[in-house]
Amino acid sequence: MWEAFKQWFHRWGSPKWFYERSLVWSFWLGWGAMILLPIGIVWGLAFAPQDYQQGNSFRIIYLHVPAAILAQSCYMIMAVAGFVSLVWRMKMADVVLKCAAPIGASFCFLALFTGAVWGKPTWGTWWEWDARLTAMLILLFLYFGVIALEAAIEDKITAGRAAAVLSLVGVVNIPIIKYSVEWWRTLHQPATFKLTEKPDMPVEMWAPLLVMVIGVYCFFGYSLFLRSRNEIIERERRTLWVRELLAKEGKV
Amino acid sequence: MLAFRRPQELANPLVFFVMAVSLFPLGVSPEKSFLAPAAAGVVWVASLLATLLSLDALFRADHEDGSLEQLTLAPQPLFILVLAKVFAHWLTTGLPLILLSPVLALMLHVDESLLGVLMLSLLVGTPVLSLIGAIGAALTVGLRVGGVLISLLVLPLYIPVLIFGTGMVQSAAAGMDYTATLAMLGAILALSLTLAPFAAAAALKISVSN
Amino acid sequence: MTGQTPLLEAKNLQCERDDRILFENLSFSVDPGDVVQIEGPNGAGKTTLLKLLCGLAPLRQGELFWRGERMSQARPQFLSSLLYLGHKTGVKALLTPLENLRAWCAQREDVNEERMMAALETVGLAGYEYSPCNSLSAGQQRRAALARLHVSSAPLWVLDEAFTAIDKKGVAQLEALLREKANAGGAVILTTHHSLHLSGEVRRIQLGAAS
Repeated sequence: MWEAFKQWFHRWGSPKWFYERSLVWSFWLGWGAMILLPIGIVWGLAFAPQDYQQGNSFRIIYLHVPAAILAQSCYMIMAVAGFVSLVWRMKMADVVLKCAAPIGASFCFLALFTGAVWGKPTWGTWWEWDARLTAMLILLFLYFGVIALEAAIEDKITAGRAAAVLSLVGVVNIPIIKYSVEWWRTLHQPATFKLTEKPDMPVEMWAPLLVMVIGVYCFFGYSLFLRSRNEIIERERRTLWVRELLAKEGKV
Repeated sequence: MLAFRRPQELANPLVFFVMAVSLFPLGVSPEKSFLAPAAAGVVWVASLLATLLSLDALFRADHEDGSLEQLTLAPQPLFILVLAKVFAHWLTTGLPLILLSPVLALMLHVDESLLGVLMLSLLVGTPVLSLIGAIGAALTVGLRVGGVLISLLVLPLYIPVLIFGTGMVQSAAAGMDYTATLAMLGAILALSLTLAPFAAAAALKISVSN
Repeated sequence: MTGQTPLLEAKNLQCERDDRILFENLSFSVDPGDVVQIEGPNGAGKTTLLKLLCGLAPLRQGELFWRGERMSQARPQFLSSLLYLGHKTGVKALLTPLENLRAWCAQREDVNEERMMAALETVGLAGYEYSPCNSLSAGQQRRAALARLHVSSAPLWVLDEAFTAIDKKGVAQLEALLREKANAGGAVILTTHHSLHLSGEVRRIQLGAAS
């Protein structure tokens, strides 16, 4: 059992294996996203019932919430990849870490942006120093840090390891940041708005949301695999299998 | 490790600290009604930026003259040496900032009874700034763009310290009990004291190998 | 050579930089009493090889053994038996040669003040002990670093371009010192473009010839 797991785990470390398999996975994930996202969007925007307080403007949660969830879990994925990269020196972990960062940052930005657009009709202001908003903003900064560090170091292996350290440091800090920001809000003023606590969302409302969340995850997986495949080819371009592959496709 | 031979470099963060603080009355408002409640935040932000400014030098000189290689090859575990360097950094930047802060706070019309709390918050907070900053400095030591990049990496991590540091003074100003905040700040210090040297040592090894 | 376990053994080392493989499958061992000179044109990976050996650069492939033990286990012992002198010597420009030496020794071995002074005198820095290093010439700064060799009892010396900026007399002196070290059972691995005039055997490892 343990041996089998170890073997399975080590296979992930092989860029060649990953490259070959990820084509199939990204195909399914891509189609999953292609199907789920339009369904979720149309369902959420056109058919789900109106919110009795916020009217139609609440519908932006069908974009906002999935983006926010993804932005957070993407950082976790990066931290796990960072850990794997530092402990087992796995090349693939570096690749995943590097490729996940810009995706996570874009989703984080999307969440903030939709949050602001939502805030305008709901609270009458584009930006509120709400605990969640602030925490998301800091998360965006953390993403920027990883991306900038990754870009600044020329040597790819060094860059990967440095980014791994940084994302681990970041992940230790995330709970502290979250806690401190929440505490900070309660000090200044009792929270007037709660973003997430909706009084008993009916099924017709959260079902499209669920579809959207799964769809966004599919999309995330799809783009992560796509980017990783690209990165692998670039990093491994000297190895035999990549050269053979390129020769076969007539690109060299 | 003890580069006291260049007094100018030691004074730079302090001068910056004073200047940054004096920008606020000039830039926003010299009225007491604005300055007094904002003062703790202003002093904290300025000391945070001053620390940030001094971080780039933490390992850079050592990297350039090769001492960093010697340090990583020393028989002692690297994290202890990092801890020593961070302590030296704190002594030369954090401590002077703390000593200078009451003067500036008075210029910002802070109530005298709050000076002690402000200094206490800085006393617990600035070592955290040095410790976390060391990770950023270690990660960027071999890079040309180091200075700016450090800020980018380290600033988000400084936010909790800033929040609790200023929060402590504000609680005290509101007549509330501030020991809970102090305890939080202390907990952060304990956490970063145990973890940051290891992270910085790992980062240094990575940077040296580049 | 002597039948005992070698001091340092390298197996299948590999080095690549910017997509070029500088060397591959490099294996050798260093015994007590050896002086090993690593040769090769600029950019052949000499410095990188030394860094790999010391663990300053991460091993991508291959293994290192210290006294027969795998390096990952023997690292603490290895570090306390190693003297590494890189391109950049780690001499602090703001401190005096004596302070530099003292700081260096403080981390490693117990050396008294007189021996340090004697070492500085031997390398020709008598009279400069108390002037900060940034007022010294490049060669003198180099010598300030070389003074470490005179006080070191580490069994393995790894010297990268140790002869840079040293005058003729200094070179002769250094050569004598290396010989002495080898005779006393120590081992030296060095790179230099200078041809060594050592009495006795110098083993050579050629890099970059194949490509």
